Amino acid sequence: MRNEIPPALIALSKEIPLVFLTGDLGFMALEPLKEGLGNRFINAGVAEQNMMSVAAGLAYSGLQSWVYSIAPFCYARPFEQIRNDICLNKLSVKLIGNGGGYAYGSMGGTHHALEDYGVLLTLNPFLIFVPAFSEDVLPIIFKMGRSSKPCYLRLGKSELPKDMSAPSYSAWRCVLPGEGSVIVCMGPLVGELMASLCFQPVETRPELWLVTEMPLSWETIPEAFLKKLSKSKKLGIVEEHVAQGGLAHHLIYVLIKNNVSLPAVFHAHAKGYPSQTYGSQQFHRRECGLDAPAILEAFL
Amino acid sequence: MDNITDKIRIAKKRLLQMHFEKKMGHIGGNLSALDAMMTLHHEVMQTEDKFILSKGHSAGALYITLWSLGRLTEEDLKTFHGEGTKLPGHPVPGWLSEIPVATGSLGHGFPVALGIALGWRLSHKPGHIYCLMSDGEWQEGSNWEALIFFAHHRLPNLTVLVDCNRLQGFGTTQEVASMSQLQEKLAAFNLKIISVEGHAPSQIKKALDNTKGGIVMLNTVKGAGISFMENRMEWHYLPMNQAQYDQALMEVEKI
Repeated sequence: MRNEIPPALIALSKEIPLVFLTGDLGFMALEPLKEGLGNRFINAGVAEQNMMSVAAGLAYSGLQSWVYSIAPFCYARPFEQIRNDICLNKLSVKLIGNGGGYAYGSMGGTHHALEDYGVLLTLNPFLIFVPAFSEDVLPIIFKMGRSSKPCYLRLGKSELPKDMSAPSYSAWRCVLPGEGSVIVCMGPLVGELMASLCFQPVETRPELWLVTEMPLSWETIPEAFLKKLSKSKKLGIVEEHVAQGGLAHHLIYVLIKNNVSLPAVFHAHAKGYPSQTYGSQQFHRRECGLDAPAILEAFL
Repeated sequence: MDNITDKIRIAKKRLLQMHFEKKMGHIGGNLSALDAMMTLHHEVMQTEDKFILSKGHSAGALYITLWSLGRLTEEDLKTFHGEGTKLPGHPVPGWLSEIPVATGSLGHGFPVALGIALGWRLSHKPGHIYCLMSDGEWQEGSNWEALIFFAHHRLPNLTVLVDCNRLQGFGTTQEVASMSQLQEKLAAFNLKIISVEGHAPSQIKKALDNTKGGIVMLNTVKGAGISFMENRMEWHYLPMNQAQYDQALMEVEKI
């Protein structure tokens, strides 16, 4: 999804005066953006706390500022700068964290982002965007740019099955209809589920929904999803994020608060490093039961 | 500069009164910074300029400075540290243009000021940013990140002031972190640095006029002007009792 960032931000810069800061990252991806933005593309160096505060100052000066780094260096290292300099001052800074969940695989735990949106959702009024497909990036960039609120974009690697096309962007999407129960997923992992479920008969397979934006509100949950939920014996929630503060916690809270009767709930989520060994993104997903076969076996 | 000296004397008395009435501490660091803040706001800053108090625990001195400019009223000052106030112990933003951002956690004001200065330069906007830091604050790593950025980007529309009173929360800057030679450490970054007497308005003004894009080291005294407070760490925290307040007022009158 990184490659979608330069054309999207260059297009947005025609509409909104913006400045882009990177924490010394973006080789083989952000060069077109550097060329396109000129002196408004700033390599702030390996100094994420300063970068975040500078971004806040730039926003105060009237320029919309975008900050890019590997996800944990974007939300965890400079957390107080996000809390104080961006949120307390109500400044419109946009964060882009590359490598959501276990995307950095065998690079090790320092590079994984397992609690990013949960942490940032504690800061009012952060908006979270977790694209599932490369095609989601452009509409999300414009949505973030047109919002006055601070936003976080969690980038991953699109896993859209080869013979399928990405559904047009929406905060909630039914990506695969089914007459069984219902599964809600966040992030690129949905592609793996789509690939596994698409060959199963529609009469028995679960219906697969995709959520891309948080925080959730009752008003934004589609009627069709609620209708489906009311007929389901099970609700599956799948996310490459720790359980605490993730999609499941937020969704169940909103549903209960609005008197929705819940069926049995199954939650597949990141569990850290159960074996204390490291490997690819798929290795970590398997360890947590976050791969499609494990999810479907547990759910069905 | 006689006029500014009178204004500072009045401001210092009002600062003491405000802290005494609310039984609030942090008076030592407020007194070390007040002369510079008053000189800066009354003698140097123009309408389009901004000031960021990175050492947010000297909020009292900032409020009094803004009161001396007519930007805060007596009624405002009476709410200091009270319920429903906009004048808490560390500055909060969003209600007065002279308080652009929240400060209090150290190591934030300087990098935010850098961002504003850079944004103004990119947008070809006029104006100068002044940022007042403490010397102990330089133990925060974010400031060294900011210093690297400042030295690299060469922003002539930013001036950093450092209140070098050499006392911090639980010791001297030398005892805590071997940082009494702060200026020598900063000088390694090849920025213009001027060191001045931090309680002499004429020297402060001259330094600020000649240090655009650089750093002014203010040699100050914690609790300046009050004999029993000067260079004593406890006045980072303690409120004054009636006898101490009376004596402090008397000493300020003699300035």
